[in-house]
Amino acid sequence: MNVPIARLYTFLLILFAILVYFTSKWAVFDAESLEDKVQNRRPLIEEQQVPRGTITTSDGVLVAESHPQGGGPRPVYVRTYPEDDPTVFGNPIGYSFVEQGRTGIEQSENDILAGEQNEFASILDQIRDVPQVGGDLTITLDAQAQRLAVQQLQSAIASTAGAAGFGGSVVAIEPDTGAVRVAASVPGFDPNQIADATSVADIKGLFFRATQGTYQPGSTMKVVTAAAALDSGEFTPDSMLSGRTGIEIGGVRLENAGGETFGEIDFDFALTHSVNTYFAQVGEQLGTETMFEYMDRFGFNAIPELDFPSDQMDESGVYDSDGSLLDESDAIDIGRVAIGQERLLVTPLQMAEVVAAIGNDGTLMQPTFLQEAKDPDGRTIEKLDPDEQSDVVSEETASQLTEMMTHVTEEGTAAGLTVGGIAFAGKTGTAEIDVEAGLNRPWFIGFAPAADPQIAVAVMLERCQGCFGGEVAGPIATQVMESLLSG
Amino acid sequence: MSARNRELFALIPVALLLIGGFAAVFIARSDQIGDLSLIYGAYFFALCLAAHAFLRFRLPYADPYLFPLCALLAAFGLVMIYRIDDGFALNQASVFVLGLIAFCGTILLLRDYSVLERYRYLIALGGIVLLMAPRLPGIGAQANGAYLGLSIGPINFQPSELAKIAIVIFLASYLAERRELLSVAARRFVGLTIPPLKHFGPLLLVWGAAMVLLVFTRDLGSSIMFFGAFLAMLYVATNRFSYVLIGLGMFLLGSYLLGSSIEHVQERFDIWMDPFAPKSPEGAGQVQQSLFAQADGGLFGTGLGDSLLKLPGPFFPESCQTGFPECGSILPAPHTDFIYAVIVSELGLFGACGVILCYALIAARGFKTAIMVPDGFSKLLAAGLTTVFVLQAFVIIGGVTKVIPLTGVTLPFISFGGSSVIANMVLVALLLQISDRARRPRAGSSPVTGTEEGLAL
Repeated sequence: MNVPIARLYTFLLILFAILVYFTSKWAVFDAESLEDKVQNRRPLIEEQQVPRGTITTSDGVLVAESHPQGGGPRPVYVRTYPEDDPTVFGNPIGYSFVEQGRTGIEQSENDILAGEQNEFASILDQIRDVPQVGGDLTITLDAQAQRLAVQQLQSAIASTAGAAGFGGSVVAIEPDTGAVRVAASVPGFDPNQIADATSVADIKGLFFRATQGTYQPGSTMKVVTAAAALDSGEFTPDSMLSGRTGIEIGGVRLENAGGETFGEIDFDFALTHSVNTYFAQVGEQLGTETMFEYMDRFGFNAIPELDFPSDQMDESGVYDSDGSLLDESDAIDIGRVAIGQERLLVTPLQMAEVVAAIGNDGTLMQPTFLQEAKDPDGRTIEKLDPDEQSDVVSEETASQLTEMMTHVTEEGTAAGLTVGGIAFAGKTGTAEIDVEAGLNRPWFIGFAPAADPQIAVAVMLERCQGCFGGEVAGPIATQVMESLLSG
Repeated sequence: MSARNRELFALIPVALLLIGGFAAVFIARSDQIGDLSLIYGAYFFALCLAAHAFLRFRLPYADPYLFPLCALLAAFGLVMIYRIDDGFALNQASVFVLGLIAFCGTILLLRDYSVLERYRYLIALGGIVLLMAPRLPGIGAQANGAYLGLSIGPINFQPSELAKIAIVIFLASYLAERRELLSVAARRFVGLTIPPLKHFGPLLLVWGAAMVLLVFTRDLGSSIMFFGAFLAMLYVATNRFSYVLIGLGMFLLGSYLLGSSIEHVQERFDIWMDPFAPKSPEGAGQVQQSLFAQADGGLFGTGLGDSLLKLPGPFFPESCQTGFPECGSILPAPHTDFIYAVIVSELGLFGACGVILCYALIAARGFKTAIMVPDGFSKLLAAGLTTVFVLQAFVIIGGVTKVIPLTGVTLPFISFGGSSVIANMVLVALLLQISDRARRPRAGSSPVTGTEEGLAL
């Protein structure tokens, strides 16, 4: 009977081997897919047991914190957004709730806020029995300027004909660091109300116009065209072209704003007075390839390199009717792209990056929300470290363009605007949405001071009737710049 | 070194595990002050030493590793249960006292276990009564759709735990007597040796009993255990694989036919096929939670006391009357059926492999005893007891890891539960008695003879 006993033992060992195989399947090989199962509440519960770090603006305003709930040795923590008017920060900060998920900076900086560590550090902490605690985050946003931007947008929308019911956005960036100081979107939302929302999709104001809204840029695009023209060496500020209205562009007559007509004018004059026909000819002479080359350098045709969830940012570029981006090989009326028409759509963030690059001697810095991150013991774990995104134009081009844009604010379409009496650079834009109804989309982009740019800004209102960028968007931009320069 | 001294040394890992385990749980819950844990450990280790002293006196030649291996599992179980709930650990520790009394009692009363052969029909009857008792009105109790427990006053008892020993004793003595008859040459059919038809009788009888058990108690786990042990013993007795195949086929067919008509069994089967099916029965949550708990473990686990078990704060159900761990645990029945999932969660794949290795080593010692002991009844008894013990571990670990449908049996020596500990202590006592006979030096021969060729250990 000994042989069958030995065989029986072998058989039982095989059964045990199967148990080991299945245990390793669940514990190791399939562990990740099990953790992702919707029925699995463990990650959610564990996540709630971590006291999440706070978020503070660069001027020291607390905008997000966590509170223990339920008590006991292992309480759960719930997020609150303690601002007086949380809608001001709702879009950039986003929200973080167990049931509803995360968006915005809460999502992109989750590893810091939740105290996620590398495997080694977390094993060490486990041995030392240190519970996971989130790190505190300081963001680049300036609460005062952010509030001012939202307030200004709201009052402009309320007081401008045709703007009611629509929104707007302001983005301000520090040219030499890429720090985003203002990222406003109106209407916004209160992240606190997400906690009790049965359906997040029903909440109004989730759409973040600064990064998700794509709009016709109008004449603000002429800054990109001018940068390409000067930097490619094909034009100088003195280059002469006809400013006559009604020149054929792409086989179709193009009119200047208000049908205004000019004779032979130089480049500087054309930018100052935003002459469409001049710029369209520049665009055609540069060609699609050169225009796209410079657009790409400014960051068009790609998701912005901002540290923000990429699914909450959109590309700027020439869009096909099916919503896909066109490239230089497609049939594009490049003369009209050069003046911000055609099927060109841009985000306010992208236009702020354009002026920030000009204001930083032609170098675009990677935009960022992260000022500083500290671990629970107060040690700095990450700090704003300015990073070049691309060399867009030469220093010379940048300084020529700065001078031209200064003329815009001194004697051109933005004349009458002031930023504390100092010289500043700007460009207005008034995209026509509906010519017959007189519906426009006003823009202003610029930076100040012109001599030593500290802040670059883009302002956009979604709609107004019979208005211009200089009169609606311009004053918002100058007040935001003033606020940031004084602060 | 004598067998008993080896046994004493083999108890050192038990002591280390007790100290390390209780210390780990104690550190993990540093919010609670108390030195209760070390008292538990010392108390338990003292019991082990007492049992060792008893063995030294009564069974000096018995296998030196069987008892330390079981003590290791029991100590491990005590640490795990202490981690889940200290009240339950105190309860479990007292059960070990009863278990040791049963252990010593078995050895003392049953000076010569051969007498069991004489009372085999009485024992078989007792076993069947024990199995059917949970179905009796008044004392039977239903849990999760199966009839497993007896409820007499305040005492809850799972008679199937003791019944498994009774049935193995009966089968061992029956097969020892009939093995010559059963293994006589038979016809061959399509490459299979078919036993003579008249010998199908006992096979059919046990098959019928397993089916009746399934229908009456709806307890698939016990059915698998009993029938599996029966087939294993039949194979050992006859060395005919055809019996096993036929028996297995009959069991599968029977449980398929009966299972599909018993909703509870059918449900378990559906859950086993796909616990994440969109319309899976309510019980699927148990298996899902078991897998999620294991996924949390990884290679090394979260550490003793550090996995998520008790639902925190607002997640703890307000309606929870009985208290943790009976409710309010993310993993149902963490101290009984799903204790293996807690082990994987907290000690990882490596800890779980350690537990499985312990069972494999116990199996090795049990089968070695079966090989060494000279007479047929002892061989069959040792092999049967070992098989039924190991199969029980397989059935519950297999259920928890979704190798087979989940059935509610305890993880021997580790799960919380009095009847399980007591029955398994009796089982080990019997194995030790058999091994004492196997290794007892006979006149003119050395204690360990060359009969170990079958097993490479």
